[in-house]
Amino acid sequence: MADFVQTLMTALAIGSLYALIALGYTMVYGILKFINFAHSDIVVLGSWISYSLAIKILPVLGLNPHNPETPPPLWVGAVVLLLSMVICGLIGFVIERLAYKPLRRAARLNVLITAIGVSLLLQNVGQLTFVFGSSPQKMPSLIQDRELIRLAFSSGENAQVVVVGLVDVMIFVTSAVLMLVLEYLVFRTKLGTAMRAVSYNPDSASLMGVPVDRVVSFTFVLGSALAAAAGFLFVLKYPTVQQPAHFIWVLLGLKAFVAAVIGGIGNVRGAVLGGFVIAFVEQFGAFYISPNYKDVYVFALLIMILLVRPTGLLGSPLQEKV
Amino acid sequence: MHSRKLAFGNLMKLLRSFAVTGCGLVLVVLAIGGCNKTATDSNEILIGHYASLTGSQATFGNATDTAVHMAVEEINAAGGINGKKMRLITYDDKGDKREAGTTVTRLITKDKVVAVLGEVASGLSLAAAPICQENGVPMLSPSSTNPKVTKVGDMIFRCCFIDPFQGAVCARFAVEHPKLKAKTAAILYDQSAPYSVGLQEEFEKAFVKLKGEIVLKQTYQEGDQDFSAQLTAIRGSKPDVIFIPGYYTEVGSIAVQARKLGIETPMLGGDGWESPKLGEVAGKAFNGCYYSNHYSSQDPNPRIQDFIKKYKAKYNETPEAMAALGYDATYILAEAIKRAKSLSGKDIAAEIAKTKDFDGVTGKITIDADRNAVKAAVMLEMKDGVATYVSTIQPGM
Repeated sequence: MADFVQTLMTALAIGSLYALIALGYTMVYGILKFINFAHSDIVVLGSWISYSLAIKILPVLGLNPHNPETPPPLWVGAVVLLLSMVICGLIGFVIERLAYKPLRRAARLNVLITAIGVSLLLQNVGQLTFVFGSSPQKMPSLIQDRELIRLAFSSGENAQVVVVGLVDVMIFVTSAVLMLVLEYLVFRTKLGTAMRAVSYNPDSASLMGVPVDRVVSFTFVLGSALAAAAGFLFVLKYPTVQQPAHFIWVLLGLKAFVAAVIGGIGNVRGAVLGGFVIAFVEQFGAFYISPNYKDVYVFALLIMILLVRPTGLLGSPLQEKV
Repeated sequence: MHSRKLAFGNLMKLLRSFAVTGCGLVLVVLAIGGCNKTATDSNEILIGHYASLTGSQATFGNATDTAVHMAVEEINAAGGINGKKMRLITYDDKGDKREAGTTVTRLITKDKVVAVLGEVASGLSLAAAPICQENGVPMLSPSSTNPKVTKVGDMIFRCCFIDPFQGAVCARFAVEHPKLKAKTAAILYDQSAPYSVGLQEEFEKAFVKLKGEIVLKQTYQEGDQDFSAQLTAIRGSKPDVIFIPGYYTEVGSIAVQARKLGIETPMLGGDGWESPKLGEVAGKAFNGCYYSNHYSSQDPNPRIQDFIKKYKAKYNETPEAMAALGYDATYILAEAIKRAKSLSGKDIAAEIAKTKDFDGVTGKITIDADRNAVKAAVMLEMKDGVATYVSTIQPGM
């Protein structure tokens, strides 16, 4: 029982990361109908920018950035998170303007290939020595991880405990807050209505006076900021920041993409649901079957969902226009 | 008019083809000249080194390369090899098996090195060894411990101990050390690294022989970030000790996550733990954990302390085991080339094989019939991120 609850806790934390990244994929797809392959590289940028900011800010406060024994005040983490969200948001804006906007009227395949190009560019520029370098770095612990809750399931010799760490809770709470803000933005504001209008039919939206270009830009900024937040939370939990082209980032991006597809690509709530479903399948499979096939469970699920429900769990059935 | 134009066109075509052939000829001549130059420049002996200067085993490669450079400088300052200077060419293999193959091919076919030094990780040595063997260029690995490495062929050597010995040392330490007295053990290993797979097999064999019981085996892969599933399972099996024969990047994350899950069980590992990054990543999480290694910088032996003093004076850091082994490997190779009849791979290999009682920083080194070194191991304990010396275990214990 203790093991079950422990696995559940891990799955919740990892699921919120997948969900945050999946949102970016799904929003861009919803509006432009293409998969932004450079999205996972924005997550990488988010992690590396968080790392770079942290090792710059800590010495200013008189703290040793490499010594994990002295936890900085909580606001440092918040500042790093917000700054990296803003920076990545801007980068997302620039990428859309320079790479995708000139192709607005081009075939969808051209945009897709451009996205792969942008992804390769970000991965390789990131490895340059004067950018991030190609060696893994240790993220300074901005939040001192400590036991928040310890649940004991029985007592005595065979006591089984569940340990809930502060970082896991922070990841879950931060992601939940961000997702609620997004939900509000998309379904309760004028801008959100514009986004949904463009997603439904860009041409008619444009005729109704919706500034399509501005809405698209805003979507990229929003998605990139969420990706940055995911990147920050990821290195908070796993403090080894791997080099920008490392396969763990590719795999992370791929799983988030699977989450978006499973939830129903283009559907904001579906992406969140998909993120958690993926994490549960992965973590419980790893624990109860074998950790060797952790990635297999995820992709097997994708195949099954595509066979049974090609539009995803919450996706609306495709309506081909005749 | 028309015909003149045509003739002019033909002339141009002719001129152009001349120009192209000319350029080609010049290139060929240059290429031959270039080859001749490296081949006839008899004042230098080229040595190749392939190492992980970047990537998740970067501290291995950098430490080794620094020490190899230091040894080459010393050898050249002392007059070089039979009056010739040693020149080192190092390439970065990024800790990637494919890159290891590419870099070694380049060292052999383009740079024409007489011998190759490298690698630390057994998986990378295994990727490059067949290339050296096929081309008849001797390869001396400073620190790959998997037995398969030297089995590739008679051109492949190493100057460190091998995993059957290392696994036995760890198993005996787990059973006999007063702070451990282990009767049960769990194993968590990297199934993508031949080093890790081999070492855990040897540990299991030796541990079972000593009446120990392996209660659980779990695996991970290089680059994994989350180990909660494996650690939760290990926590449930309640072992006396956890054996983790991995490389430092993942081992650091494992230790931190284990302590977060409330696992206080001591952890045990091999020389893959040897890196300053380990203490940096995990710090106190590693208190009460042990690993086997090739040497200890705290060993009072004057040969070791002298090496440490020289290294510190030059690079301002304490050399880790990979540096000490790289240093020894360079000297063994230089001595062998000095004795060799010619610079052919065969002659050099024959002389490396004859290395006997070489007095290295990492102990007395004798290359045996299987082209491995037979020597002692040390056990180290992690104390607040610093590896401290516990004991030395001789071969044939």
